[in-house]
Amino acid sequence: MRGSSGTKLTHQPDRAVCMTNCPTLIVTVGLPARGKTYISKKLTRYLNWIGVPTREFNVGQYRRDFVKIYKSFEFFRPDNEEGLKIRRQCASAALNDVRQYLTEEGGQVAVFDATNTTRERRETIIQFAEQNGFKVFFVESVCEDPDVIQENIVQVKLSSPDYTNCNTEEAVEDFLKRIKCYENSYETLDEVLDRDLSYIKIMDVGQRYMVNRVLDHIQSRIVYYLMNIHITPRSIYLCRHGESELNVTGRIGGDSGLTPRGKAFGKKLSQFLETQGISDLKVWTSQMKRTIQTAEALNVPYEQWKVLNEIDAGVCEEMMYEEIQDHYPLEFALRDQDKYRYRYPKGESYEDLVQRLEPVIMELERQENVLVVCHQAVMRCLLAYFLDKTAEELPYLKCPLHTVLKLTPVAYGCKVESISLNVESVNTHRERPENVAVSRMSKEALLTVPAHQ
Amino acid sequence: MSKKLTQNPLEKTWGPWMKSRLSQRRGSSVPQFTNSPTMIVMVGLPARGKTYISKKLTRYLNWIGVTTKVFNVGQYRRDATRSYNSFEFFRPDNEEAMKIRKSCAIAALKDVCDYFTRELGQVVVFDATNTTLERREVILGFAEENGYKVFFVESICDDLEIIAQNIKQVKLSSPDYKDCDKEEAVADFLKRIECYKMTYIPLDDNKDRNLSYIKIFNVGSRYLVNRVQDHIQSRIVYYLMNIHVTPRSIYLSRHGESELNLSGRIGGDSGLSPRGAKFASALGTYMRGQCISDLKVWTSHMKRTIQTAEALGVPYEQWKALNEIDAGVCEDMTYEEIQEHYPEEFALRDQDKYRYRYPKGESYEDLVQRLEPVIMELERQENVLVICHQAVMRCLLAYFLNKTAHELPYLKCPLHTVLKLTPVAYGCKVESVFLNVEAVNTHRDKPVNVDVDREPAEALETVPDHI
Repeated sequence: MRGSSGTKLTHQPDRAVCMTNCPTLIVTVGLPARGKTYISKKLTRYLNWIGVPTREFNVGQYRRDFVKIYKSFEFFRPDNEEGLKIRRQCASAALNDVRQYLTEEGGQVAVFDATNTTRERRETIIQFAEQNGFKVFFVESVCEDPDVIQENIVQVKLSSPDYTNCNTEEAVEDFLKRIKCYENSYETLDEVLDRDLSYIKIMDVGQRYMVNRVLDHIQSRIVYYLMNIHITPRSIYLCRHGESELNVTGRIGGDSGLTPRGKAFGKKLSQFLETQGISDLKVWTSQMKRTIQTAEALNVPYEQWKVLNEIDAGVCEEMMYEEIQDHYPLEFALRDQDKYRYRYPKGESYEDLVQRLEPVIMELERQENVLVVCHQAVMRCLLAYFLDKTAEELPYLKCPLHTVLKLTPVAYGCKVESISLNVESVNTHRERPENVAVSRMSKEALLTVPAHQ
Repeated sequence: MSKKLTQNPLEKTWGPWMKSRLSQRRGSSVPQFTNSPTMIVMVGLPARGKTYISKKLTRYLNWIGVTTKVFNVGQYRRDATRSYNSFEFFRPDNEEAMKIRKSCAIAALKDVCDYFTRELGQVVVFDATNTTLERREVILGFAEENGYKVFFVESICDDLEIIAQNIKQVKLSSPDYKDCDKEEAVADFLKRIECYKMTYIPLDDNKDRNLSYIKIFNVGSRYLVNRVQDHIQSRIVYYLMNIHVTPRSIYLSRHGESELNLSGRIGGDSGLSPRGAKFASALGTYMRGQCISDLKVWTSHMKRTIQTAEALGVPYEQWKALNEIDAGVCEDMTYEEIQEHYPEEFALRDQDKYRYRYPKGESYEDLVQRLEPVIMELERQENVLVICHQAVMRCLLAYFLNKTAHELPYLKCPLHTVLKLTPVAYGCKVESVFLNVEAVNTHRDKPVNVDVDREPAEALETVPDHI
């Protein structure tokens, strides 16, 4: 959760298990184009989403900032003294920033993204970690499949700043020579020599894993996550249930059925999915009537997840915002002050939702094509994971009714297509009002409430 | 055309079907991810922890709602041979014995088939050495014929101390050695292991690269995982990577008696009664007396568990997942009030207490799903004291003591009583320690009449006394 205080005294996290006592340094290992940066960014995104402040440090980026203009693979030749000096300096600079992040800026996990292909370099990092009281966990990616490597180069190297002025063939040729520079000195993590280190070795994009000496909870979670992700192309479709009876009256929560317009959305959704021509689409809903009614219109098998249920508004269930302001003005103001952490009395917070949804995210990572029919707050949480949104942004993400978001992983991130299915509905999005003070007037509190019956 | 949705009155789940379908539905909180039945096949020399892993894994899977059963081929052998003479039975050149052993394996496989088709089991753990290529081929062939998925779990250990410890813990007490003295038994067993070593071929990185398996080295310091096929295999791998055999104890206790407990009300978020506060203090004394290094203390987010932990004067962690079962519309009510306002709900609950979900609340089944991360972390940890609530404690206890969904909601977890659980051999030793501070009884047994049309008096027969 970026933006939250790093010290545990000021805020009692709901995530009760103290993830790490000492900070953790995750160190990637592997030749170029083995997916290290892909893994680093993805892992960082996941850890931040579940509330572990994490940052990645890409040494290649430090090199680009220092050297300004990339000429050719010659820079990486093992006999290029000048190049080696610069690269060593960049690694040190990055480690220095790591130290600052973990000791002064409240970070809990730092991902040190570089090739780290020699035992000597790894030893330097281990000593650095020991000096500073950090735990070290290595993530090595080993792959010899030329097709996979080629695909990597096409997807993320060609568009790299290093190759802005090259044509495809030149770039690929240079990059392959670059990989060669590393190959001779590459010392893979060894079962015997490195038996006292904590690491996971990922082989052939996840077909096989070697896991050694997992020390604590966070490392165990990291291993589980890494073992569940894949790179098979697919799309994830997120949408809300069709417009519900309570939606049109401006009431939150509850378990009402669809309005006629909501049902029309169900039909349109079915038609839309057909045009997408997806093989083997999984459909998931919550256990609330409105998502199930929506899925029923699709005429395909679907699975119900209780954890996809809408946020529990506790004592405010089925109230309109006007009524909440009337009966619980203090609560209403507190919610506007910190919508992510605010928990409804006898209800939940967005923070609780994220914890509840973690198994959904894990299973989404395992699956291929999935349509998730859920609810506003739930959809915001899932979207924040895929689009790497902060805890501050998450509760205000726009997830309107009758709109499907199609997420397709591409390069290091996620492409989003927003498809409105052209069925009218109420707006249920309430922006943060200007005045969030407890002493504000009712009018100021209700300024941003969307229109309803 | 939209089918009308109806809500199942017991589990409160919506669907376009009536009650009859629900008997097939397993686990209403989380989708079922196993389509084909799965065979988990153990591999390894004797005394490598195969049966330990088999039993533990089975216990875990059943608890999370995946119907699982262990088939131990050694047991088939004991049933077939009447009495064990010596390690000579296991010599690879003992043709007569080889015949018997093979037919035992086949018999076990036949029972596996019955379990999947007739009893609708989802997972089977095939517990045997399975140390030869030939035997594994037989199993793979059998699985393919029947459309079962296969996942191998191989345990490799060359640490002589661990092996000696295993022999001591579980082999000496085996029926095979009941009339032997310790030294004889150990000597014989070691010779037995030698018999298997001669023909042992471990799973091979190269030759077996198309199989799905996990290799566990030296009780978990290293793992090799190959071709995880689906969700259930992924969960199994995660579980196996989190368990350990370091001796430790887990202490389960409820919060001290609360104000709402005294008035016979369920749920809510009240504070401790004077007696409850006394218990908290007694708990502190008791725990100090246990002299545990590095004890972790966990509570829920509810006032009564936190107040209890505060009295211990040590750091503690709060888990929202440990909150008491949400009784929805029945929160803060007495059983008498529930009978008055929701007599049908009250009866449905007595009919199937595990699956029954309170309106706008939870079921025990939901609780188990919610508590799974707690169990996973308890497996990772060493000495832990969990201060929780009645329904929550029942769920956790059911996991450790391998209780069925049927028994779970009626497990006795009285106030002011600490349960000390210590793993031993293949199971868990329980010590129940009452800390000598009186408290109300909050345990309501299943009444005789659970019909919806019963009299209030019949419904309230088993309600414990309160103010």
